Amino acid sequence: MKEMDGKARYRKEKTAMFIDFFYLLRSYGVPVSITEWMTLTESLSRGMAQSSLTGFYYLARAVLVKSETHFDRYDMAFAHYFNDIETPVELTEKVLQWLENALPPRQISPGERQQFQNWDLDELRRQLEQRLEEQTEEHHGGDTWVGTGGTSRFGHSGYHPAGIRIDGEGINQSAVQVAAQRNFQGFRTDRTIGVRQFEIALRKLRQLSSKYEGPREELEMDETIKKTGEKAGLLHLVWTRGRKNLVKVALVMDSGGSMLPYMNICSQLFTAMNRSSHFKDLRFLYFHNCVYQHIYTDPSCRMDSAIKTVDFLRMLEPDYKVIFLGDASMAPSELTMVDGSIDWSYSNDEPGITWLKRIAGHFDHAVWLNPIPAKFWDRTTGSYTISMIRQVFPMYELSVEDLEEAIKKLKARRW
Amino acid sequence: MQGKQAFYSGTNDYIASEELQNSVNVAAALGRPLLIKGEPGTGKTMLAQSISEGLGKRLLIWNIKSTTKAKDGLYVYDTVQRLYDSQFGDHDVSDISQYIKLGKLGEAFQSEQQVVLLIDEIDKADIEFPNDLLWELDIMSFDIPETGETVQARHRPIVIITSNAEKELPDAFLRRCIFHYIAFPDSPMMAEIVRVHYPDLQQKLVNQAIEAFYWIRSIGSLQKKPSTSELLDWVQALAIGGVSPDQLTGELPFLGVLLKKDRDFEHILRQLHNQGPQKKTSGAGFRRSW
Repeated sequence: MKEMDGKARYRKEKTAMFIDFFYLLRSYGVPVSITEWMTLTESLSRGMAQSSLTGFYYLARAVLVKSETHFDRYDMAFAHYFNDIETPVELTEKVLQWLENALPPRQISPGERQQFQNWDLDELRRQLEQRLEEQTEEHHGGDTWVGTGGTSRFGHSGYHPAGIRIDGEGINQSAVQVAAQRNFQGFRTDRTIGVRQFEIALRKLRQLSSKYEGPREELEMDETIKKTGEKAGLLHLVWTRGRKNLVKVALVMDSGGSMLPYMNICSQLFTAMNRSSHFKDLRFLYFHNCVYQHIYTDPSCRMDSAIKTVDFLRMLEPDYKVIFLGDASMAPSELTMVDGSIDWSYSNDEPGITWLKRIAGHFDHAVWLNPIPAKFWDRTTGSYTISMIRQVFPMYELSVEDLEEAIKKLKARRW
Repeated sequence: MQGKQAFYSGTNDYIASEELQNSVNVAAALGRPLLIKGEPGTGKTMLAQSISEGLGKRLLIWNIKSTTKAKDGLYVYDTVQRLYDSQFGDHDVSDISQYIKLGKLGEAFQSEQQVVLLIDEIDKADIEFPNDLLWELDIMSFDIPETGETVQARHRPIVIITSNAEKELPDAFLRRCIFHYIAFPDSPMMAEIVRVHYPDLQQKLVNQAIEAFYWIRSIGSLQKKPSTSELLDWVQALAIGGVSPDQLTGELPFLGVLLKKDRDFEHILRQLHNQGPQKKTSGAGFRRSW
């Protein structure tokens, strides 16, 4: 009897031990699901790990990890769990990995901001090094460890990492850049959870067009043959609407510095748009903070890629669906003043808001996607200009759910 | 599923790492599809052939194209044939079942013996394609509504799926797979691969060719890096062309076999002119850059 108890306890402990590993993997950012975990349990119970740690390593990896881009994290979690069998990867590399799994940016009240006001860069570095020595795992959302979404984000400065110009810009800048670069790299190695979802959302823009446009006047050959065949030769004609997709889209993107922290999600949308081959026409245009009398065909927004905004409006018929992508955060003067452009060498004879209204008036459908989460719109540094632009364009948060909403808006007649 | 499980351990003409062998065996034992990813030319498609040979099972290949629908793999109802037949009246067209042609998956289910089913380049298809197959791969049966028939797998096929990562695969699909990433072979492994294909070649030539090959791959800005199959072709071209190993240190004959893009070609020639493989490799070993 006693022995039985022992066995049962042993079994329980063993299971519990492995469940820790499951959560550890997840905390390292390996998206393991219960289905996969059950598969692993099954294969272990059938002795497929060959009773060796190496066997277990490969078995668990094959069953649990479904992308080579997660292998590194799996390795780190594995090493962590099995008592650092291998020397950990170089520290900085690890930190960059952590920053890759960013939580949404955290907003800081002016009071909290005050606390960090006086930190200089050296102090910051010193603190960071110290943290790194103490920290052993990925950490998000707290206020101490190096991670994301907490007051500790981007080298502990604790500011809203949007790069919106608040005090202590120098502190924010460097870490933001590093993290943003890293995100971009991650995207390029195909780590694109969002792209697929964006693609699916964008498809809805296709269905709309064929639903409303044109009568059924094309003979659908395949269906006709099939239906006729099914009726054993009794001719049955199937008519369909022309398969041309009439949706034309222009994506107009802010390529200003304050967009840098959102590079990852923006490039996901960009990729998804690019891959969506179902649009009749797709244009990409750029601006810096706000559109004035020029709009650019290249993200660098230099004069050699400039076209006149009036020409842009002439080129694109009103039935283009226009999607603005920008944080809409700038100095109010950039929106309201003549010569208010952020670029000092650029002089605009009409205020930005006039240009935005003109664009909005030209197109039947236009929306503004903002990478800043909607709940921060009235609290961020750019809240003033955000609210102004929201009066011109319907604004949506750049997320999969809101993109669907925006697409609904794009298909409906505008207010 | 049934009794004793044969173990796969590579075949004479296909070198499989131990990791890969394990993955194959795990997938076969659990009855899950094995998803294979890896750079082009790492032998993803060859693997299925090797498994089929190694385990002595028939291989069915389902090549996926951008227009392939999940249903095509189950069955196709050949209505056109039925239409023809009805026109001439020399067939009894009332029996629909004679116009039902099973697709590759259907064939795999119906086979008397367990088969290896290769679903090649699944990412070529529409992005919903893998999801549409989930149910059939899970329960290993499907219905044909036209005849009211149900096709049930006699033996769960060993399903190998390859992907070039052109599209992201849906999570629900991934959860059900066993995953293996074929890393690009390192140079000893590569030497082994070449030896398996061309056992009679002069060892020195092979070594030199492999060295040059990795040198080319290490140059970052190539549009298209040469892969294993191109190396194999190249080595053969070198042997047929009677190139001596020493020649390879200063020049790279038949470079067109390795490089398919004009820009890459010129780029390599310029690099070769500047440094060449022989100057660079001293002690540096083979560095792979991805």
